[in-house]
Parts: sequence; structure tokens; C-alpha cells
Amino acid sequence: MGYVLSREGLDQVLQGLGTEYRLYAPVLKMGEGRFADTDVVRYDFVTSLDQIELSKKSDYAFKELLTPLSETLFFFTEGEVKVADKDVRDVIVLLRACDLHAVKRLDQMYLANGTEKDWFYQRIRDHVRFALIGCPSSFENCFCASMGTNVAPEGWVFSLEEADGGYRCAVADGTLAGLFAEHADAEADVEPAHVVENDTKVRVPENVPTAIYKHQMWDEYTVRCLKCGRCTIACPTCTCYTMQDVFYTDNGRVGERRRVAASCMIDGYTDVAGGGQYRRTGGERMRFKVLHKVHDFRARFGYDMCVGCGRCDDICPEYISFAACVNKLADAVDALGKEVDGDE
Amino acid sequence: MSLDVNVKALMKNAFRQSKVRGETASRVRVPGGLINAESMARVVEIAQEFGNGTIFLTNRQGMEIPGIPLEKVPEVNERLQAIIDDSGVNQEERGKGYPAAGTRNVVGCPGSRLCPFGCYDTTALARRMDKAVFPNNRHVKIAFTGCSNDCAHVALNDFGIIGMTEPQYDRDRCIGCEQCVKWCRSRSVGALSVVNGKIVRDEDLCIGCGVCVNYCPTRAWTRSPEHYFRLKIMGRTGKQNPRLAEDWLKWVDEDSIIKIAQNTYAYIDEHIDPGAPGGKEHIGYIVDRTGFEEFVKWALDGVELGPKCERASRVYWGGKRYDRSNELK
Ligand code: HEM
Ligand code: SF4
Ligand code: SF4
Ligand code: SF4
Ligand code: SF4
Ligand code: SF4
Repeated sequence: MGYVLSREGLDQVLQGLGTEYRLYAPVLKMGEGRFADTDVVRYDFVTSLDQIELSKKSDYAFKELLTPLSETLFFFTEGEVKVADKDVRDVIVLLRACDLHAVKRLDQMYLANGTEKDWFYQRIRDHVRFALIGCPSSFENCFCASMGTNVAPEGWVFSLEEADGGYRCAVADGTLAGLFAEHADAEADVEPAHVVENDTKVRVPENVPTAIYKHQMWDEYTVRCLKCGRCTIACPTCTCYTMQDVFYTDNGRVGERRRVAASCMIDGYTDVAGGGQYRRTGGERMRFKVLHKVHDFRARFGYDMCVGCGRCDDICPEYISFAACVNKLADAVDALGKEVDGDE
Repeated sequence: MSLDVNVKALMKNAFRQSKVRGETASRVRVPGGLINAESMARVVEIAQEFGNGTIFLTNRQGMEIPGIPLEKVPEVNERLQAIIDDSGVNQEERGKGYPAAGTRNVVGCPGSRLCPFGCYDTTALARRMDKAVFPNNRHVKIAFTGCSNDCAHVALNDFGIIGMTEPQYDRDRCIGCEQCVKWCRSRSVGALSVVNGKIVRDEDLCIGCGVCVNYCPTRAWTRSPEHYFRLKIMGRTGKQNPRLAEDWLKWVDEDSIIKIAQNTYAYIDEHIDPGAPGGKEHIGYIVDRTGFEEFVKWALDGVELGPKCERASRVYWGGKRYDRSNELK
């Protein structure tokens, strides 16, 4: 089922959804960018269409809902543990095709990686549904077509995109059709728009020989990378976290356990007791990140972790391009293959 | 015909008295140091047609076109008109060039239009200040710099304005990576520390440079919607007692700074040494003579400092006293 709606019509639909769901969507945060008087697009709860930024790619991903940057898991006293309260009212998250593919990666890591499911993740995830923002054209740095994530997988309840001064929506969940029909100008055949080609194209190498570990291609990143981790914080598929056990200063026997985002690019990630640190340089960290995104995850789960959203390239303050790095990796792997062939 | 030129009027008209008899130099005003390419080309044309083909880039971001024959001054003034129009500098009579030269070009570093550390649009504020105080024959130097790096060397001015932001902390976005702590320590003053995985800012120590905001990977630190400033006063170079400007106001707002600068002209009119050579006396020396309290009384007349603003009750300057001793020890 598809509908054509005016701006007011879609707003009415969103207001209507608001009685049952909380809406989580990209929002233009004025003045909250890094630099003076610049903005950032990041996710937040909204109640009307006016608050939603549909024309830009969000700088930070929707994942902050499912895997909060900082989340208190539980409180402890001497003998007891109390799980932290959580607002678990149902949510509809507005996201794009690549992002919906990213949800599969998050679910994989938190719910289907080994025998245990992550209880805290599941507690949030069970109440989350998705609405698809169509992409009539590619944004800068996107390479979803290369990663095969340009067409959204199933799992969205409705889609929306701007067209001819109004909005076109496809409705996949029949229970919502009535609400859309009520506020629509017309019914129509609507397929969510998707891009078929991006300016940025990435070639992912199929197999990566272990010789890549000591390859000189990583050296430049030791000089260039700040090890700030923005690329992984903004990434919709990065799932790494660490724990903070905090003892309140007034009473050292009471405290809380927090889960906070961590990153293989940021100091501390490979620290071990005794002062060891397994990946010190930017080059080593870049190698680990890039291989995790386009090789290691696939070795374990059969598909690549990276969904080609390009947020890492958008946000890097040093103009380090992950996409360019993957292409350099593919070339290096080709060259290594030829060396091996030559030896024979 | 022998030359009969009113040199005082010439200088007031922003032409320099030249060592070379019969020549002068035109002083082009560039508030905030930003000039558009068309006006730059006009300066070049004047230098080629009327001057000796060179352009001197001044310390205060103006330009001087030397080698202009004195009799060409009226023509040069007409040619300056398009430059003056573009730069928005106040004028008294069209086609007659700059109406004053005493209040020096208002300096500005590139600021937030270009610089990642800039806390505000220095060019816009320098232009606003220029409109507020020019034309004026009083010798006043004002400079704007985007952040505490002070690339514009504002501490050498009568009014040195440094941009500040009040970092806003969203603890729910903080992942405890400590990058803000590290960068504040290495690039700034070390005002941040970690307490139980979250960040605590020493509000007294913090200079509002925004380095933490720049380096936070999550947007846990953001900038305050308000732009704040540090106002340093009465710095100077020169013969008797060169010294750096010292802090007077902290977390002060833009409107107050403009008003304080305007008020200062009335204070100068009241207290300037009537015998000062050329009617010029650095304000700093006037303040030394009248006492700081008298300056404050005039400067703050009608100024409503915001609730965040902190004010030094006394300001102490240092510097070398060449007028007392020139001995090297
Ligand atoms: C009795 C000996 C050891 C004990 C009890 C021990 C215990 C641990 C524990 C509790 C962790 C933390 C796991 C986590 O945070 O998820 C860990 C991590 C680790 N250990 Fe050991 N360990 C021992 C010896 C070693 C040795 C000999 C090595 C290497 C030569 C080693 C290398 C590592 C590494 C690389 C990690 C992962 C660090 C990280 O992911 O943060 N451990 N170990
Ligand atoms: S690695 Fe970069 S392009 Fe790939 S999913 Fe993460 S942010 Fe997007
Ligand atoms: S790229 Fe790094 S931060 Fe991201 S999921 Fe992989 S290991 Fe974790
Ligand atoms: S690649 Fe860029 S964003 Fe990522 S850690 Fe290095 S400097 Fe930061
Ligand atoms: S604004 Fe500057 S001085 Fe203040 S906490 Fe941030 S980095 Fe440190
Ligand atoms: S840089 Fe940002 S995320 Fe990291 S500790 Fe500081 S405030 Fe927290």
C-alpha cells in the first residue's frame, strides 16, 4: 500500500503514531557542531515532522538508541543488585537502507554471537520498530551500492521520502494503513527510493592473506590518524563497549555499573594488566578496524560488517578515508597475490 | 609653483607624511583584515597609476600605497571610494577619502570563518566595532582574536578582545575516553579531570578556549549558544612603558564591549593632556594619570554587564619603564 501525503498530512500521521510510539529520528542540532556556529545532525526523540532532518545524512547513527553511548546497567549495594530503570515504551526509528542493514549487524553481535543474548540490549530492542527514509540520491561519501546495502531489507513498517513538495509513503504494516489513509491526499504505488550507484566505489578483497599484517600500507595512518575514534562512534555498526564500575564517593560500598562505548581506535582499548598495549600506533589500529569491517566479521558471520554509509569518512578530522583505505587494501592484496604467484 | 599643503589635514585624511618631499602614502583601512578581491585589485591599480608600484602591508592589517604625488591626493580619494564602499567604513563626504586616521584599523584574526578554534566571527565583530567607533581622531587600538591562542596579538592593544565559549557537558553522551582531559592539558590549561568515569571542569581555571569541544568524539562537549569574551585593556608598545594588556572582564558579552569602547572616547575627551603632541596621547597613559577607577566610571557608563561576567576590581600592568631606567642588568 502506498500513499501521497502533504506535509501537514504526514505530520498528522506522525502525531497519530505518537500516541502509541515514541519517534526517534535525525535532528539538526543547531550550534552543536564541533566548530563555532556549526550544526550537527544526530538522533533524538521527536514529536513532529518539523523537528526531523530528512534532507541530510545524520552525522551520528541511530545506534545510540539500541546501544547508548553511556548506560547505567545496574546499581549495587553490599548484598544487592538493582537493575537500572529503562523507558521501554515502543519506539519507531526513522532510518535509511544502509542503517537497516546495520541493525542486522547489531542484532548479530548482541543477540546471536555465542550462546548468550545480551539482556540489556534485548530489553531495548524488543520495543523498537523501524521506518525507512528513502534515498532518491546518494550523499557524499556513501558507498552502499558497493556493499550491497543500497536496497533496504525487510523489517520496516512504513517508508517516507520527500517528492514534489509532499511525501510518498509505502506502508508495509497493514495495521498502520488506516492512519495513513485517513491523512493521505491519494493512494499510489510507492516503492521506497534507493540509489543504484554512488560516486564512491569500494572494492572489498575476498581473501586477505596474513602477510597484510606487516604490510607498509598501514604506516601512513600512524602519521595521519589522531586515534580519536570518531569514525567508530559515528559508525552504525560498531558495537564495542567497555565497563565502568563506579563506587560513589560518599559511600564506597555502593555504586553502579555503566556500559560505555569503546573503540579500537581510542587509547585504552588494548591495555592489559601490567601496562601492555597491543595496538599502539594509528596504523595498527586502522588495520584492526578496517579488517574487522571488511574481513574478520565476514570470517565469523558470512557477511561484511560495514554497510557503506560513509559516516566514518564524513566525520574524520584528518580526511582519512575508510573507503580509500579498503581500496588500497584490495590493491595490496592483489599485489601480494602476484608476489606469491611469482614465487611459484 | 611651490607646494602649500596642510599636512595636518592630509594626515587626518589618512595620508602619511612621507620622507620624500612631494610624496605621500595612502592608508587603506581594512577592518578585520578581510578585503574582497575587487578591492584588492583597486588597491593595486592605485599603486600602479598613482604610486610607485609597491604596496606596504601594515602590522594592523591595513595597506599603505607609497609614492603618491601630493597633488594627486584628490584623485586618489575618488579612486578610494569603491574600496570604502565595499569595506563599509563610515565616511563623512563621498569622494573625499577617509575622514580620520587616529583610531587605528580594527584588527581581527581569521576567526570562525576559517579557523577551527575560532569561537566567533571575528571579521563581523571587527567590522561592527569599526562602524561604532570610526571616524575618530583619538588614538585607540582595538583588536579581536578568535580564541585564547591570541593569533591577533590583542594583548598589544588598548582593547584586546578574545573569544570564549562556555563548554556544555552532556554526561549521557560521555564515554569517558578522556580525550578532552588530555587535549585540555596539552593544548590548554588542564581544567578537566575524571571523577568516576565522567568529566569535571574546573570553572575557575577554564579559559573557554573550546579545545575540549573540538576534540570530543561524541558531542558530549558542545559550545554555549552565547558567545563570550575576555576583554584585556591598555596594552601598548612604544617608548616610555611598553606593556601587555591585562584582563579586566571575563565572560563579557559583545554589546558591552562595543559600548565600553564608545564610552572610552568621552573619557579621553575629558582627560587627555591638552598639550599632547599632535593632540594624541595613548589612552593607557591617560589611565595611568587619572587612576583606573576614573576610567572604569566612564567606561561602564550605561553598560549592563551580564550575569556571567566577572570583573577585576583592580588591574595591574607590568612592562618595562624606559622612562625610569634603560639600564641592562
Ligand atoms: C593467569 C593468567 C591470566 C589470567 C587470570 C588472565 C585473565 C584475563 C582477564 C580476566 C581478562 C579480561 C577479559 C575481559 O575483560 O573481557 C584478560 C584479557 C586478556 N588477556 Fe589475560 N589473563 C592471564 C594471562 C594472560 C597472558 C599470559 C596473556 C598474553 C600473553 C594474556 C592476554 C590477554 C589479552 C590479550 C586479553 C584481552 C585484553 C582485552 O581484550 O582487553 N592474558 N585476561
Ligand atoms: S565503517 Fe564507515 S562506511 Fe562502514 S558502516 Fe561504519 S561508518 Fe559506515
Ligand atoms: S571497528 Fe573497532 S570499534 Fe568498531 S566494532 Fe570493530 S573493533 Fe569495535
Ligand atoms: S581515522 Fe580519523 S576519525 Fe578515525 S580515529 Fe583516525 S583521525 Fe579519528
Ligand atoms: S574550554 Fe578550554 S580550558 Fe575550558 S575545559 Fe575546555 S579545553 Fe579546557
Ligand atoms: S572527550 Fe567527550 S566522550 Fe571523551 S571523556 Fe571527554 S567529554 Fe567524554
